Amino acid sequence: MPTLVSHPDEVKVLSRRFGLGAANIEKYIELDGYKATQKAIAEGPEWIINTMKASGLRGRGGAGFPTGMKWSFVPKVSEKPKYILVNGDESEPGTCKDHLVFREDPHAVIEGTIIAGLAIGSKMGFIYLRGEYRYLLNIVEKAVADAYAKGFLGKNIFGNEGVDFDIITQTGAGAYEVGEESALMESLEGKRGIPRIKPPFPAVVGLYGGPTVINNAETIANAPHILLMGGEAFAKLGTERNGGTRLFGISGHVERPGVYELPMGYSLRKAIYDVAGGIKDGKQLKAVVPGGASCPILKADEIDVGLDFDQMAKAGTMLGSGGIVVLDETVSIVEFALRTIRFYQHESCGWCIPCREGTDWIKKTLTRFHAGGGTKKDIDNVQYIAENMMGRTFCPLGDAAAMPTLGFVKKFRSEFEDYLAGARPANPLIQIQPVGEPEHAGAH
Amino acid sequence: MADVTFIVDGKTLTAPAGTLLIEACKSHGIEIPAFCYYPGLSLQAACRMCVVRIEKQPKLATACTTTVAEGMNVTTESPEIAQARKATLQLLLGNHPLDCPVCDAGGECELQDMTFKYGAADSFYAEPKNHRDEQKWSPVVYFDRPRCILCYRCVRMCGEGMDIFALGVANRGASSIIAPNVPAHLSGVVENGTELAQLDCEQCGMCIDACPVGALTSGTYRYKTRPWEMNHTATVCTHCGDGCKTTLGVRSVSDGSEILRGDNRDKSGMNGDFLCNKGRYAFDFANNIERLTSPLIRKDGKLTPVSWDEALTFAGNKLRDLRQDRGPNSIGIIGSNRTTNEENYLLQKFARTVIGTNNIDHHRTADYVTFANALAGKPGMAASQRDVLTAPAIMILGGDPTNQAPLTAWNIRTNVRLNKARVYIANHEQIKLARQAKNFAQIAPFSYGDLTKFIAGDDAVADTLAHPSYPAQAFHDFRAAVRAEESLLVLIGSEIRGADLACLLAFGTTLPNRKFALLADYVNSRGAADMGLFPDVLPGYQSLAGSTIANEYAAADSPGLDLLAMFDAAAAGNLSALYVVGSNPVKRYGIDPATLKSTFLIVQDLFLTETAALADVVFPAANLYEKAGSVTNSYGDLQLVTKASDKAGTRSDFELIVRLAGHMGHDLKTLVPFGKGLRSDMGQSRGAQSGEADRHSVWMTANNLEPKTSPFDPFAILDEIQRLVPGYDKLLRLQLLSGNDQHISPAADGLVQIAATRKDLVLPSSDTLFTSGSLTRYSPMLQDVQRHQSTEVADHLASAD
Repeated sequence: MPTLVSHPDEVKVLSRRFGLGAANIEKYIELDGYKATQKAIAEGPEWIINTMKASGLRGRGGAGFPTGMKWSFVPKVSEKPKYILVNGDESEPGTCKDHLVFREDPHAVIEGTIIAGLAIGSKMGFIYLRGEYRYLLNIVEKAVADAYAKGFLGKNIFGNEGVDFDIITQTGAGAYEVGEESALMESLEGKRGIPRIKPPFPAVVGLYGGPTVINNAETIANAPHILLMGGEAFAKLGTERNGGTRLFGISGHVERPGVYELPMGYSLRKAIYDVAGGIKDGKQLKAVVPGGASCPILKADEIDVGLDFDQMAKAGTMLGSGGIVVLDETVSIVEFALRTIRFYQHESCGWCIPCREGTDWIKKTLTRFHAGGGTKKDIDNVQYIAENMMGRTFCPLGDAAAMPTLGFVKKFRSEFEDYLAGARPANPLIQIQPVGEPEHAGAH
Repeated sequence: MADVTFIVDGKTLTAPAGTLLIEACKSHGIEIPAFCYYPGLSLQAACRMCVVRIEKQPKLATACTTTVAEGMNVTTESPEIAQARKATLQLLLGNHPLDCPVCDAGGECELQDMTFKYGAADSFYAEPKNHRDEQKWSPVVYFDRPRCILCYRCVRMCGEGMDIFALGVANRGASSIIAPNVPAHLSGVVENGTELAQLDCEQCGMCIDACPVGALTSGTYRYKTRPWEMNHTATVCTHCGDGCKTTLGVRSVSDGSEILRGDNRDKSGMNGDFLCNKGRYAFDFANNIERLTSPLIRKDGKLTPVSWDEALTFAGNKLRDLRQDRGPNSIGIIGSNRTTNEENYLLQKFARTVIGTNNIDHHRTADYVTFANALAGKPGMAASQRDVLTAPAIMILGGDPTNQAPLTAWNIRTNVRLNKARVYIANHEQIKLARQAKNFAQIAPFSYGDLTKFIAGDDAVADTLAHPSYPAQAFHDFRAAVRAEESLLVLIGSEIRGADLACLLAFGTTLPNRKFALLADYVNSRGAADMGLFPDVLPGYQSLAGSTIANEYAAADSPGLDLLAMFDAAAAGNLSALYVVGSNPVKRYGIDPATLKSTFLIVQDLFLTETAALADVVFPAANLYEKAGSVTNSYGDLQLVTKASDKAGTRSDFELIVRLAGHMGHDLKTLVPFGKGLRSDMGQSRGAQSGEADRHSVWMTANNLEPKTSPFDPFAILDEIQRLVPGYDKLLRLQLLSGNDQHISPAADGLVQIAATRKDLVLPSSDTLFTSGSLTRYSPMLQDVQRHQSTEVADHLASAD
């Protein structure tokens, strides 16, 4: 288990119980735990949704959709049961924040789930944990059991007649794609993890056909804090239309990698050079992937940007999941591009043609390129394929693969050309794969 | 739903709100390409070919999942859209093998067509294609894996359309692959040391039909021809009583022609694109090596090939002499369920006017006499096959449409899936369609009589119906639910006949908005009944005495011998001759061969069946694919049969009946009112190829006749059928010739009540998906599939449990 890091610039809202043993329910209660839920029961759904709207909280999974608005879309009356779904399928490369929330403060997730249920009139929540986070399942399941034992879950919670809420935990089976909300619902229902056609959106037809709110674990863990501190107070911590703070996982070539809670809009440069202690071993910065592997790369001279959804979009990239990957001067972008597309090729569910075939052909081309069999035309081809995947795939996975690829070949085209001319990384990270070996022959 | 107005490519269009954009465009003549979209199946949005630009939307949208909305402004073709489609095709072609010159789908491949349209001809991939070996899943289904573009049509067709769910997707991403339901390690089928995945299903081939490329190919067709080398003829399948329209792909061979393929991809006809295993593949009996191609006469106890002239002269003279010496009523005639209406009509007319007897019958597979009598004078109560697709509620009593009437089962499933039809089933077995039923009730064996009484209101029998899992209350609930339906289509299995059927219909026809259909077993079982292949009723179920047709025939008005009585008479030495057309009663009814010892037996058939083997004269007959005419399915839907193929040495049953009458010395003009026919169906190949001079032309020249007004023209007799057979009088010739089905109600006023027929005369064939009466054993495909289903797959699945 990595140790927790901290920095004076941090504004600890969500992470204020981290490192204090809050996985223990008694400790959690001592630290204002479950007060927000009781307040929510007393104040009612309208107040909850208004507070959430006022907080300016936007989805922490990466898309940044306003949470309060999402909750308000759920129809008040529904023939089918409504559900709350916590997306804990944290799989975006470079992202490790939900992991900490589950490990250090699982009751905040449970509390947030109950609050969301109260807001939309749901009596059941599911916490869907990434399959590879199986080691966190014991912690989460114990927290759920403890909450039941205290009467915080189940029938008549907190002694309120007729107020029921149940939580079921479930783990995935190792598919990045299932982080997509509708694929997650398919997976939870026991089917292949393939996204659904939208509309209808989950708020109307979601899990088992019922209206469903699906939120990222970090998002939902914010809810109790917001209800206690007030929506406006939370909003003020961040920038306009980007309320509050968020967890940033800074990794790569920095002196002090780790998860830091910074206010929305905090400078990316400061996050790298102050908070994370600057580039490791005094090397030079080459580039930053600012929000998980799917976000277009920023060059060293592009990091004077505030970390919120709007500023990052303006800079031509995305805030994404808050996973900041810092690359120093020794990194070969050719290698990095290949490593990135390998991930997306492996994780493409295969449902639609542009993503299935596009990721595969980019990977094949870059594999050969990396092995030294490339041509100038390959760089154009990779760009052509990525451009033709953008916006044309069934779900955002295709974009997630195409966007960084486009960033690599457009912003670092010279590195690809140098590679052709014989330049090679000083410390190669990826073993060269023999060219022309058909990968699928006989495999199936 | 209300119409909305929207703009597509600058044109203002309207369509009901909720219509899919791709369908709305199609109905206005605007084609949007798609691989994964397939009408009637669930939406996928996977192939991304149908992308269009919708104003105010940030990205290209898929037309297959977008519903039209008021004011929507859509562009379906633009450089941007063409580029998106081209790029998708380029990606597909990266791995798709370019073996089009040998691919079965070459020339009828949707990937080829789209590549042609969007010009994705340039390839810029240096890497080898992902290769996977081809797999044989069953005798009729092969999977050429690299050709698959993963449109999932097959998966949905099998699951949603067929309710089998035998196909699915294995692996993910670029390794995704369509896989059958018996994985290699369980199949037990080993070839060259490798375990092979197998397909345990109804072997309908719908997956192959839906496949837009050559990934799924047919075991009976693959690598045999190019599509453009065949002639494609629309006709009707010869097997079950559903009467699916089929398009046969036929190629010339040295002794006529060979049928290579059956499908209905143009979706014309009442079956749309549906065909079952038999419809799609079981035409191979036509070219079976055991096919009879020469007339045979028994000489010295042995059937010996002779010329047509010798055989016809011998048979004609003998029949004439026996008629004179022992009387017309010493002769019996048995007709067929697979011959055309024209042939059946002609055969009974031959019996009644040339021989002068009512000793005519056929293998009845359902009790249409009772059915027609019950519905007589009650127009609109006979259901058509098309009604099954739209009826809001359907009750199925007895029968097993999945096995015996696959199109009916398909239509029921489609109706349930698309229109949420409510299905009620009472059966003595858990038939597969029970999965579609809102209410299923299992009855005790042999209690269909009680079931009909109960449905008609007799509560006393509820206890006898009861089954351990379905107590009497279940039947009361079942009946209450059915009665509550405002509109109901009742499908009746052939187990229900005689008094039981009369009881059911007597009650049912008193209720409003009820329609009925009686399911029989062969393509023209209903036509044989309608055309009067009965000893006691004339065509159109008319009386032997007093009806117009009876007067015109001036034939005997006393009933003749039924099929079983004929064999009784033969056993007693009272049947001088028996003329059997396209039927195998010896096998079907278990007749002792010695029964026919002293009877002169003429058989015309495709093969030397158990009956033909006993004959004194055997005429090699053409099958349904080798002749023209019309057939009527179980529901009374009449369709055109068009000659698709040819077999040298055979002749149509129509011609044989006419020739036999001629050789008996009968005036042919009184048998066939020829002279007004539309066309001659003689073909030009047969006479020459069978080694004779073209005797038709000689004969016609000698009689001053033009070729098209031949006595062998089935359409000449259709005039008479229309004139004399109630129901068929409403037939529209233009509709028929256009290949459209027309529903014929058997209900005509003035029918006479006849005594309930002997129950044992109706003998359902109980065919399954992989049998078709005597034809089964002459179809190598059916033999292979039976072996596959019964041993290869089933045994190993069972042992895997």
